[in-house]
Amino acid sequence: MSEAAPGRRFDMRRFRALVMKEFIQVARDPSTFLIAFLLPPFLLFLLGYSVSLDASRVRVALVVEDSSAQAMSLATTFARSAYFDVTPARSVAAVRDVLVSGKERGIIVIPQGFGEGMKRGNPPPIQVITDGSQPNTANFLGAYADGVRSGWMAEEMGGASEPPISVSNRFWFNPALRSRYFLVPGSIAIVMTMIGTLLTALVIAREWERGTMEAIMATPISMVEFVGSKVLPYFLLGLSSMAICTILALIFFHVPFRGSVLALLAISAAFLMPALGMGLFISAATKNQFVASQIALLSAFLPTFLLSGFLYEIASMPWPIQAITYIVPARYLIPSLQTVFLAGDLWGLILPNIAIMLGFGVGFFYLAFRVTKRTLDQ
Amino acid sequence: MNRLRAMIVKEIWAALRDPKARVILIAPALMQLFIFSYATTLDVTNVDIGVLDRSGGIHARELVARIDGSPTFRTIKRLESPQALRTAIDDQEVMAAIVIDPDFDRRIDTHQPATLGVVLDGRKSNAAQIVSGYIGRIAGEMGADLSARSMPAGTVVTHWYNPSLDFIWFTLPSLIALITMIGAVAVTSQSVARERELGTFDQLMVSPLRIHEIVIGKMVPPFLVSLFNGTMFLILAQIMFGVPFSGSLILFYLGLTVYTLTLIGVGLFVSSLCSTQQQAFLGSFVISTPLIMLSGYASPIENMPGWMQIITYADPVRYFLVIVQGVFLKGMSAGAVFGQLWPLVIIAVITLGGSAWLFRARME
Repeated sequence: MSEAAPGRRFDMRRFRALVMKEFIQVARDPSTFLIAFLLPPFLLFLLGYSVSLDASRVRVALVVEDSSAQAMSLATTFARSAYFDVTPARSVAAVRDVLVSGKERGIIVIPQGFGEGMKRGNPPPIQVITDGSQPNTANFLGAYADGVRSGWMAEEMGGASEPPISVSNRFWFNPALRSRYFLVPGSIAIVMTMIGTLLTALVIAREWERGTMEAIMATPISMVEFVGSKVLPYFLLGLSSMAICTILALIFFHVPFRGSVLALLAISAAFLMPALGMGLFISAATKNQFVASQIALLSAFLPTFLLSGFLYEIASMPWPIQAITYIVPARYLIPSLQTVFLAGDLWGLILPNIAIMLGFGVGFFYLAFRVTKRTLDQ
Repeated sequence: MNRLRAMIVKEIWAALRDPKARVILIAPALMQLFIFSYATTLDVTNVDIGVLDRSGGIHARELVARIDGSPTFRTIKRLESPQALRTAIDDQEVMAAIVIDPDFDRRIDTHQPATLGVVLDGRKSNAAQIVSGYIGRIAGEMGADLSARSMPAGTVVTHWYNPSLDFIWFTLPSLIALITMIGAVAVTSQSVARERELGTFDQLMVSPLRIHEIVIGKMVPPFLVSLFNGTMFLILAQIMFGVPFSGSLILFYLGLTVYTLTLIGVGLFVSSLCSTQQQAFLGSFVISTPLIMLSGYASPIENMPGWMQIITYADPVRYFLVIVQGVFLKGMSAGAVFGQLWPLVIIAVITLGGSAWLFRARME
């Protein structure tokens, strides 16, 4: 097939007609509407409300083995603490079962002789038993129980003396440490992956499955026109659902937006390139809806969720997994989005990320072209 | 009985016929297991940290050495100026930066309280909080070593069921619940949707098969896939990841069976509402995501708002998560397992009954 053949060039009128056709097709499909307009708010609210890593009150049982005034005073301090939801218990053995069923997350024991010890200035240590099957909560419980005890102790021993070295923390960009602030950029990434890769792969795989793809290919349109018309509607859908998420996030979750709209658009557009290219590639390579959907889920959706640094720190993963994260386009999207929302237009961080995403985009489109062409030549 | 047997044989053939689909039944589950179990850790390690040391004294150097010696931190980047600090945080070269004031050493030498400034990247608020905790602990230890007066012994913390708080002991049992869920719902909903799309579902409906026979036949492949995956994960968790299994195998399989039945009910429910594979895929996706998010795996149920905590009672994953963590780590007793099992039974009856009713309603 020579490039010079008439009718194989890029023709604006033909391209416009094709794009029209695709738009009508997209608009008619109820599942597109569902994914592009209902799913983004659904996911945003689900993530925004369900994922809170800001641990709130931990349910603990409190066993007081000592009847002295000091033990009672410490017990009251625990009960009043904002970190714990305290239930009194008679002994450790009595609350073993509630720890197994997960009703309580730990047991705090104020030991016998605690009051006596306080008088001598050498009280026995309090005991904290945690439910280690929930490591995060267990860690939190141990640290905060010790914090409450030492605060009480300092007051009891006559005026809180300042520790020799104290630490003053300043959390830039998110001083109140709201975890919603980093969840919102994450959910935008997920929504764009779903539209760019999942929906695109699914819809185009269906065309291959039904043979309508061959019918289009038999017409005089060129590859560029063809791919362009397929990609354009989903590109615009991706951007509009990003906009929906952003607006909802600003209104309902009061996430700050310190960067510019231009930067947000540039980042999102750059990310949609590899996402769409991947969707095209998967559909052309599998030509089967079920397989395409599973592969898209596995190679695009899950990595965006787990390997992008959105929920889990990349630096903490073992190195083979860290190596994989470098080929996950969302890895470059998440820090850029977080920066645009929380910090501002820091082009020094944003531009390299945009460049890498565009590079991946070129790579995936090249692969998609090759696979499509090979099918046609057969 | 003969009809039922024929239906079951047909379903098993349909599930295993296509080699691509056969791989898709097992391979994603295995890949999910490995990626999830290594990637989903809330531990924070290998942290890069910046130091702006304006004191330069011996105590400042000791503090930096203590941080360097801690396994949490990977590299320490020397920063020369506040501008360098700003750029390092802005561009995420470091997650946190320590600022040691010029009078840090003098204050310590004269036994005055000294302050250590820490700047953290709030864009990663969760990891930043954990890092601030680590730095605080190191500063506290150094302070305690410096001061002559020793504080009385404080708190002894014992972690039951997982003494070293190994995160993978939490992740792997939980993954059995999550991955079998994703698989069972997808396989069930796809198998009905494919027949609908190809038109063979109507043929089934006009055959002498009764509704309950069709439903039971449709239940067999996802049930087998789920049992197979569950068993494989049970073995892998112990031999590859070293997670101990302290409970009863009978209780594990009893829980898995009831759990799978509820999931098949969910999958059938989804497929009875869908007429194409694409819709079934989207439907199972739309239902799986909240089932995971509300199960207590991604974030504790206690942290959710009250109205959302009530919704979690309808989530089957929530109950099986307690069972599977319990039988793995806590040697859970039969009584405690049954406490989580009866809500699952109720959910199974509702979803299976509801989908059978929907099938019949669509037929008429």
